[in-house]
This record gives sequence, structure tokens and C-alpha cells, in this order.
Amino acid sequence: MLHTVNKSPFERNALKSCLEHARDGDVVLLIEDGVIGALDNTEFTAMVKAKMGTVKICALAPDLEARGVSSKALAGIELVDFGGFVDLAAENGPVQAWL
Amino acid sequence: MSDEMMDEGGVVKKFMYVNRKAPHGTIYALESLEVVLIAAAFDQDVSLVFVDDGVYQLMKEQKTDGIEVKNFSPTYRALEMYDIEKLYVEKESLDARGLTTDDLLVPVEVMSAAEMADLMAQQDVVLSF
Repeated sequence: MLHTVNKSPFERNALKSCLEHARDGDVVLLIEDGVIGALDNTEFTAMVKAKMGTVKICALAPDLEARGVSSKALAGIELVDFGGFVDLAAENGPVQAWL
Repeated sequence: MSDEMMDEGGVVKKFMYVNRKAPHGTIYALESLEVVLIAAAFDQDVSLVFVDDGVYQLMKEQKTDGIEVKNFSPTYRALEMYDIEKLYVEKESLDARGLTTDDLLVPVEVMSAAEMADLMAQQDVVLSF
């Protein structure tokens, strides 16, 4: 299953709820303001790191670049482009969007 | 416009713009900036504050080509030309995000939440975005 999160973890609890519902082997893709959840050294970094062993966590690279935070992405997060987003959806459906 | 503001010499009020949202995901940051630029024409005492995810609005090296939206971040550097020089960033917000002023594209004054609360209380008008 693919989960997408498009809200900042500082703004809503979508990422927290998503990670609590993601099962082993699921994929989580952070998009739009959700990419803030992919950053190192924030209050939410530990929560994300704790899930990285069992859940694959990805972030949409163009959204990181737009916000000037590409260099701050947490090691181990896989960066994808829009084509990669489509591939993830095709390979891991169904898709759950955490808004 | 009130009669008061139409008087000779005009009345200068203290306006604060409170920015709390990350850029690009929602329209708030851009809308705030547009209102600030319009208001700059009225020669008021303007302060911009950046708290919570609003601090991300000032990140260096924003490149928005990949998501096909306008990159308005260089405009923050132009605010000085409109005599808007009071930019404040909350320390607690930077700390929670692992950011420092080195990450920001303009010089700002960093203040604590308590100091920012005092600054808010001194305003005539507070506009939130």
C-alpha cells in the first residue's frame, strides 16, 4: 500500500496518523508541505526515523527543492520525481492520501 | 480610508503581518507578501513576523521550477527597498525545525515567543496569514 502525506507535521497530525497506520512493507510518500516531515533535526525526525526500518519512506524531490530544503533531507529517505510518484502508485496500490 | 488617515501628514499606525504557514503548499505566504507590498505604499509602520512553519518562507535556495509555481522568495530581499526593514523570526520556531539564521535569505531579528508576544501587544493592527 502507498500512503501520501501532503501536510507539514507541525501543521496537522497527518504524518503521525499515517505512520501509526502504515504496515510493514508499506510505502509512505511525502509531498507538498508534507516534505517537511522528511527533514533532519526537527521535532518530528525521531518519529520518522523510528518507522524507517519497516516502512519505506520517500519524498518528492521537486517539493523539497521548491522549499530550499533538499540538503536537509534525512538520510535513508528515497527521493523521487513525478515519474517515480506514478511508479510508486502503480506498484504499491491502493493509495491512501493523508490530508 | 478613514478621515483620520486623510489628514495632512497622515496618521502612522503599527501594522504587523504574522506569517505561520510553509510556502508553496498553500497560498497564504504569497498572499501575505502581496498585501505587505500594497500596504507599503501607505507609509505605515510595518513589521513582519515569521513563526511556526512561517520560518520556511525565508529559506535560501528555493527552486520552484519543478513544481511550476512562482518563486516569490527573492521578493523578501526586496522589502528593504519599500522601507520594510522590521523582520522578526521566533527562536522557538527555528529551534523546533533545526534551523538557524544561516538558513535564511534575509537578515532578521530573532526573538523569543515572549518577546514576540510583547511586540504583538504593541500593534494597532495585526493581520494573520
